Amino acid sequence: MTAYHQFRKTEDMARTTAPVPNGKLNIQLNGNNFKNANCKKNGYHNKAQKNSTAHSAGPPSSRQRFQRPESFENPPMYVAVMTYLGFGIVTLFGYFRDFLRAVGLEKCHIAREREEQKDFVPLYQDFENFYTRNLYMRVRDNWNRPICSLPGPVFDVMERVSPDYNWTFSLTGKTIDDVINMGSYNYLGFAENDGDFLKTVADRTQQYGLGVCSTRQEMGNLAIHEELEQLVASFLGVESSMIFGMGFATNSMNIPALVGKGCLILSDELNHTSLILGARLSGATIWVFKHNNMQSLERLLREAVCSGQPRTHRPWRKVLIMVEGIYSMEGSVVRLPDIVALKKKYKAYLYLDEAHSIGAVGPTGRGVTELFGLDPSDIDVMMGTFTKSFGAAGGYIAGKKELVDHLRSHSHSAVYASAMSPPVTEQILRAMKCIMGLDGTTVGQARVHQLAENTRYFRSRLQEMGFIIYGNDDSPVVPILLYMPGKVVAFSRAMLKRKIGVVVVGFPATPITEARARFCLSAAHTKAMLDQVSTTRKHTQGHKHTHTHRDIHLSLSISPSLN
Amino acid sequence: MLFIDYSSAFNTIISTKLRTLGLNTSICNWILDFLMGSPQAPAYHLVLEGILILWIIRLLFSKTYKLQERSDLTEKEKEDLIEEWQPEPLVPPMSKDHPSLNYDIVTGPPSHKIIVNGKECINFASFNFLGFLDNERVKQKALTSLRRYGVGTCGPRGFYGTFDVHLELEDRLAKFMKTEEAIIYSYGFATIASAIPAYSKRGDIVFVDEAACFSIQKGLQASRSFIKYFKHNDMEDLERLLKEQEIEDQRNPRKARVTRRFIIVEGLYINTADVCPLPDLVKLKYKYKVRIFLEESMSFGVLGEHGRGVTEHFGVNIDDIDLISANMENAVASIGGFCCGRSFVIDHQRLSGQGYCFSASLPPMLAAAAIEALNIMEEDPVVILIWFRFFIFMYDLVNKYFQIDSYSAVKSVIGEVYAPALHLQLERSSGSRDTDVRMLRSIVDYCLERQIALTLARYLDKEERFLPPPSIRVVVTIEQTEEDIEKAASCIREAALAILK
Repeated sequence: MTAYHQFRKTEDMARTTAPVPNGKLNIQLNGNNFKNANCKKNGYHNKAQKNSTAHSAGPPSSRQRFQRPESFENPPMYVAVMTYLGFGIVTLFGYFRDFLRAVGLEKCHIAREREEQKDFVPLYQDFENFYTRNLYMRVRDNWNRPICSLPGPVFDVMERVSPDYNWTFSLTGKTIDDVINMGSYNYLGFAENDGDFLKTVADRTQQYGLGVCSTRQEMGNLAIHEELEQLVASFLGVESSMIFGMGFATNSMNIPALVGKGCLILSDELNHTSLILGARLSGATIWVFKHNNMQSLERLLREAVCSGQPRTHRPWRKVLIMVEGIYSMEGSVVRLPDIVALKKKYKAYLYLDEAHSIGAVGPTGRGVTELFGLDPSDIDVMMGTFTKSFGAAGGYIAGKKELVDHLRSHSHSAVYASAMSPPVTEQILRAMKCIMGLDGTTVGQARVHQLAENTRYFRSRLQEMGFIIYGNDDSPVVPILLYMPGKVVAFSRAMLKRKIGVVVVGFPATPITEARARFCLSAAHTKAMLDQVSTTRKHTQGHKHTHTHRDIHLSLSISPSLN
Repeated sequence: MLFIDYSSAFNTIISTKLRTLGLNTSICNWILDFLMGSPQAPAYHLVLEGILILWIIRLLFSKTYKLQERSDLTEKEKEDLIEEWQPEPLVPPMSKDHPSLNYDIVTGPPSHKIIVNGKECINFASFNFLGFLDNERVKQKALTSLRRYGVGTCGPRGFYGTFDVHLELEDRLAKFMKTEEAIIYSYGFATIASAIPAYSKRGDIVFVDEAACFSIQKGLQASRSFIKYFKHNDMEDLERLLKEQEIEDQRNPRKARVTRRFIIVEGLYINTADVCPLPDLVKLKYKYKVRIFLEESMSFGVLGEHGRGVTEHFGVNIDDIDLISANMENAVASIGGFCCGRSFVIDHQRLSGQGYCFSASLPPMLAAAAIEALNIMEEDPVVILIWFRFFIFMYDLVNKYFQIDSYSAVKSVIGEVYAPALHLQLERSSGSRDTDVRMLRSIVDYCLERQIALTLARYLDKEERFLPPPSIRVVVTIEQTEEDIEKAASCIREAALAILK
């Protein structure tokens, strides 16, 4: 039995105990390579813990499901040290090259200020762009890769070359065909161009044109918008809903309509930028709790209710908890039953952003509320986007009728921003009807099941191979930890060479030592594709052993059962 | 208690030992007297003195005030507080007939002929200036794109959400505007709202026109910069603020060296329908070394011989403007927005524009439609010239009806000859905004009945920095005929006569 299997077994045993909030779990493993398995476990614990929220807030109902296990392993110490060292070296070289540029020994590619404006206050401080200039520039071929086909299970990447180490790119005109797409959020495979599927969308384009040229409150409230709003409400099982033209703006333009000065927002530390921006624009006080950590949240809630506002000591007008369904960088699923219990106990309101979870989880694709068997009316504000599972654009907010009515008259988006494009609206209608089975087929449900199956299969394949993957077993977002910045970019390039498109992220999007590659599964992926990805993943790792000296140790530590 | 022991100790020891020392008796007695005399002072006296000394020491070292006991709540008290606390409802209760709750419902496309609440009308409300919404070429281009790329992009630009269409559109926009680079956003509102905080940070200073639109206000709020409002289109007021700042800078030159300054104006103001005095602004820019950001959502595709906006309109060198932002939801009749300018400025947004980095990219079919709209604008700049005739006509008509004739006391028109979206305001407010809005709404309804679709200009009363007075917005498009415009103008006049009296 490999070290990994032992680890899983320990985890399985732990799973039988009651759910308790985040804690650190140290498991001594006998495995050869897994000596340093210091695991941060998100949810399950083999020791009873005091003040467990699950207890204090009452037992979850029998209908509810427990959270599936999530793992967040810490890297071995020397990996972290090497990572910092790597960044240190790169930074030193950055300074050295800045020096060379300053004395004119190295050609400077940076776009410059106009001569006429040289005596203006500089638009950028020099240090602000140090990272971009010296680190990001070296590796930026791994992002913004242009594609020229449907973002389906496979896509065609346009070949780019750079004569000057990524300062400029030029397209060669050639394409790298049929690259397996592990990067797009095409969870249910609705990014498709089959003529039959898209017939209604094409008809709508022909009939309506593309834009609306007005806002919802003025002259842009189309009947199909209202039709979609009713469908969204019935899909989610809530009273009412409202749709918006952009997912990002759904958060940033509606949160200010819900909370304001004298209100408190409790926000998960890993919340998306749009939520943070919305919170900031609202003028409410923002407190941040540790990612998915119920103890941290409860402590803040108690503090908020008992002590009131700082300085004035007036009670808070209202407290809004903001969480996401699936966190796209971690692959973790929100601990919703616990949060609902807490929110009820402390009379807070709950804002749930289901950007990545709607359509993607739950037995019939209705998101995390369905995954946990919760009543949607327990969530005060259900927000989600149409960009991912529905292969369209835009977002929605759903909930009680009073909430939606309030937004109709107070949402920034309803008053100042253009209404949703008719063909995009039609695409969402089509996809949602398909998931709900209203089109008379079972295609939609089959896709939801296929995605769940793909998720299970791919996750278990990677786990068998011994990679450190993050996140919840249900989550179709699968991050693999790579740690080293150099490794991340080499991985991405090597995967593209093998015709697999992955997303890699590093600092500053992640903590400095936790650079990672991310795989997004889709119902449209076939088993053969997933097999190809996982085996290539293996070979990429193996391939690197023979080439870069530095990586040998790392590979050993990251893929313990490989060798 | 020690001193009591003392006396007895001296009592016993000294009387025997002194004699053995061979001292004479008188000296012995004196010593004994001295030693035993003071301890013989009353014991209670010594005790009191001791207590007093201790008291003084305590007073010296203790603090002069008493710290209030930290009243840590007990668990029970906390539970009670939690039980007791009643938050406000998530949303305040609202009446069913709230004026902004019941939207007009548009069935079918919102193009020249529009069906509002079941009634076919001529559209004087949508910003479909150039009529691209139902342009067959635009639709066909979008359909071709749809067949190839589907609808959504399923990812942000960084993560495989960059399509060849996006690159083409950026390239085309840059060429059209004759700038080095352009960047597209997937939503018009997010464009300038993301661009401002990408450059202007905490501590920087922004000079903004009071009539600036809501997305500029939100961008400013997100930037957390220091904001100075100048009176609408008042260059003297702006110069006054700039001079004040100059004096401030001389006082603190070190801070001034790192404080970025920006002037943010709109080309054609959506709230007032007039044009910014761009040549004067450019002069001020170089005089006070302030950068200019220009919002052209209303003027792009409208002003200038080729529709390049207010820079072309005034013949200002586009390089003198640091950043131009516009949306593609008005004249272009698609969705999204763009910023253009020099690469030195624009490229920064590719990592710092929040709405660019963290949002899914624009659906390819919408980008394709925008490209085709640009094609038409480039091929046929006459379109815009012909169109001028329309809004001059409209302007004359409205002027004739509402300013020159005897009803000039009733209504006023805000806007310039070349503004495609005019505001009709009440000449004299009734004193209450609600009543004004209701009156204007009755005019809109009156016209809707007679097949002229108008709309109130909507604002969030509590959110606007400087709330514009209530108005009806009348949009002129190229598809309207002179008869349409004449019909609309006379209809509005009739309504005003009937309702305002």
